[in-house]
Amino acid sequence: MADYRMHLLVCGGTGCKSSESEQIRDNLLAEVERYGLNDEVQVVMTGCFGFCGKGPIVKVLPDNTFYVLVKPEDAATIVEEHVVMGRKVNDLLYLDPESDEPISDSKQMDFHKKQVRIALRNCGVINPENIDEYIARDGYAALATCLSEKSPQQVINEIKLSGQRGRGGGGFPTGLKWEITSKSQADQKYVVCNADEGDPGAFMDRSILEGDPHSVIEAMAICGYCTGSTKGLVYIRAEYPLAIQRLKTAIHQAREYGLLGDVIFGTTFSFDITLRYGAGAFVCGEETALIHSMEGLRGEPTFKPPFPSESGYLGKPTTVNNVETLASIPVIINKGAAFFNSIGTEKSKGTKVFALAGKINNVGLIEVPMGTTLREVIFDIGGGIKGGKKFKSVQTGGPSGGCLTNSFLDTPIDYDNLIAAGSMMGSGGMIVMDEDDCMVSIAKFYLEFTLDESCGKCTPCRIGNKRLYEILDKITKGLGTEEDLTRLRSLCNVIKDTSLCGLGQTSPNPILSTLDNFYDEYLAHVRDHKCPAGQCKSLVKYSIDNEKCTGCTLCFRNCPVGAITGEKRSPHFIDNAICIKCGVCYDKCKFDAVSVS
Amino acid sequence: MNKIKSFDDLKQLREGLQAKIKQRNSGSNPESIVRIKVAMSTCGIASGAKEIMNFLTDELEQQSIEAVVTQTGCMGYCYAEPTIEVSLPGKEPIVFGDVDTFRAAEIIEKYIIHNELVDGILPVNYRTIDN
Repeated sequence: MADYRMHLLVCGGTGCKSSESEQIRDNLLAEVERYGLNDEVQVVMTGCFGFCGKGPIVKVLPDNTFYVLVKPEDAATIVEEHVVMGRKVNDLLYLDPESDEPISDSKQMDFHKKQVRIALRNCGVINPENIDEYIARDGYAALATCLSEKSPQQVINEIKLSGQRGRGGGGFPTGLKWEITSKSQADQKYVVCNADEGDPGAFMDRSILEGDPHSVIEAMAICGYCTGSTKGLVYIRAEYPLAIQRLKTAIHQAREYGLLGDVIFGTTFSFDITLRYGAGAFVCGEETALIHSMEGLRGEPTFKPPFPSESGYLGKPTTVNNVETLASIPVIINKGAAFFNSIGTEKSKGTKVFALAGKINNVGLIEVPMGTTLREVIFDIGGGIKGGKKFKSVQTGGPSGGCLTNSFLDTPIDYDNLIAAGSMMGSGGMIVMDEDDCMVSIAKFYLEFTLDESCGKCTPCRIGNKRLYEILDKITKGLGTEEDLTRLRSLCNVIKDTSLCGLGQTSPNPILSTLDNFYDEYLAHVRDHKCPAGQCKSLVKYSIDNEKCTGCTLCFRNCPVGAITGEKRSPHFIDNAICIKCGVCYDKCKFDAVSVS
Repeated sequence: MNKIKSFDDLKQLREGLQAKIKQRNSGSNPESIVRIKVAMSTCGIASGAKEIMNFLTDELEQQSIEAVVTQTGCMGYCYAEPTIEVSLPGKEPIVFGDVDTFRAAEIIEKYIIHNELVDGILPVNYRTIDN
């Protein structure tokens, strides 16, 4: 058995690989071999360190030395100095950006890690179906502290002091919401957890419910104590069967321990939770529509005020909080408001979970302090754009948000900055787009979603969005005019101003933000009838270059509609009347003979 | 299950549980064993985490390696599902990504039995709020 005394970990994330980390690994291996240390030192390739800006990275175990910006020729130095002589290579160490001092032990670098997990603290750590593992990690201690040591108003003050704002997207201060419900007079009040996660590409809430259901249950009970509610309801979409099952198991276990039910922790406080299933309508994430859906009515929003905190479920005061908001509550109580408040920006405190998706290397679930820049999220944590393509845009806030460009990459992410930039925080979906994405098509995609999900109650949303969609469709087919762009913008503004609920008030955002940030692309569609990204099928034309085509018949054999003709070993042709512009010929051609125009 | 009737009850239970976990993780304890967590949220399961969990359980039993295999939630590394975390007694836990049955067998053979690392370790890229 090899008993390695030292391990050299070379980052094999996509970013580092493209900066020759494989060559670094090979050189290290060769050097180790040269010194005859094969039995003592092992060289391995790892996944992404989330520090791509400083890559390639080599980490040495067991002393945790962290070398950055390593070049293949540095391998000799690392082995000679560090492995053989036991001296760290100072030139390759990470410099503390504040003191400019090299940091030799990566444990001290924790402060520089981009991610901080608060809402996700137990996800991937505990077994979600075992309440004991949650308790071992301070589970239910926050509820116990509140019940035995604090008055409801003290807890509310703590939450207010923490500066936490609703993570569902609106960003309403959580403590204030609780206070309003607590001051409303009624014989019965309710706590509702909004688990109707509907943004395309978002899966933060599902992951929390599947990975740490007890944190949500505990927070709902705390909210019940603060607001004077004895009943909790989780509104969850039926498409999340695993989350539902784990939540049910967790509720059952909490009841067994007496953490839900009557006389919790020997006090007079009683609280219990039931589940309500949603059929997956996007509009039911809006709190008044959600409440109507729970009441058995159509999932349609109503005008606010009255706010649910005054008159909600069955006309009683109701606090509606998002899953992620709730999951952070126990931490605020256990660690104190000051801890939470110390993270983030002036007006947005704490951390935010994002579901990173799209054309990005490290698709994943991440949690970063508010104020982290989009560049750090996309290029450091996300590992940059897939296939080395160029970054074009990032969409935040789902169908209610907008598409941001290059110029916003260094904007610190928080509620107010994103709104100022023409997008919004939303629930935390973040979809990254590269140079191959057509922004008009993207706007059309979101409009199609809104169109499907509009409940139809108010005219601007029901009919206005349909008209918007038709104009966009016309533009992507090459039939649009410049007047259409003007009409598009003015209709967007009317819908924004006159719709009843958040869905309609925000549905034009993807169009407005792309009009602002990618006006040239719209112009190319309506003026030149061209799609710069080559995505709008009606506007592209495939052709085969006579000079380059070798007549290998590969395109002919792969064309699904038989639009390609030609003899073996002589140039082929595409019949554009038959071509469906699927692009298979373009992808398959080995000689670069197929071109798109 | 005994009801938890007060904060003190909870603290007592918590201390007992924490002591158990500490004992489990310390290498000095002769009873300490290999612990494996498999990320099993919907996405992990869709990528084959269930098969990996079954494979690990069967394989470890067949090779008479004493180990506990449990499920956990999403670790956040969607691009590398299925992911597993292996804790050897007295060692820091290590996360492996893109685990198929071939890699799972390799992890048992190389890391668990022979204490060698294998390619594809996922470094912890976040701060926790513990302590």
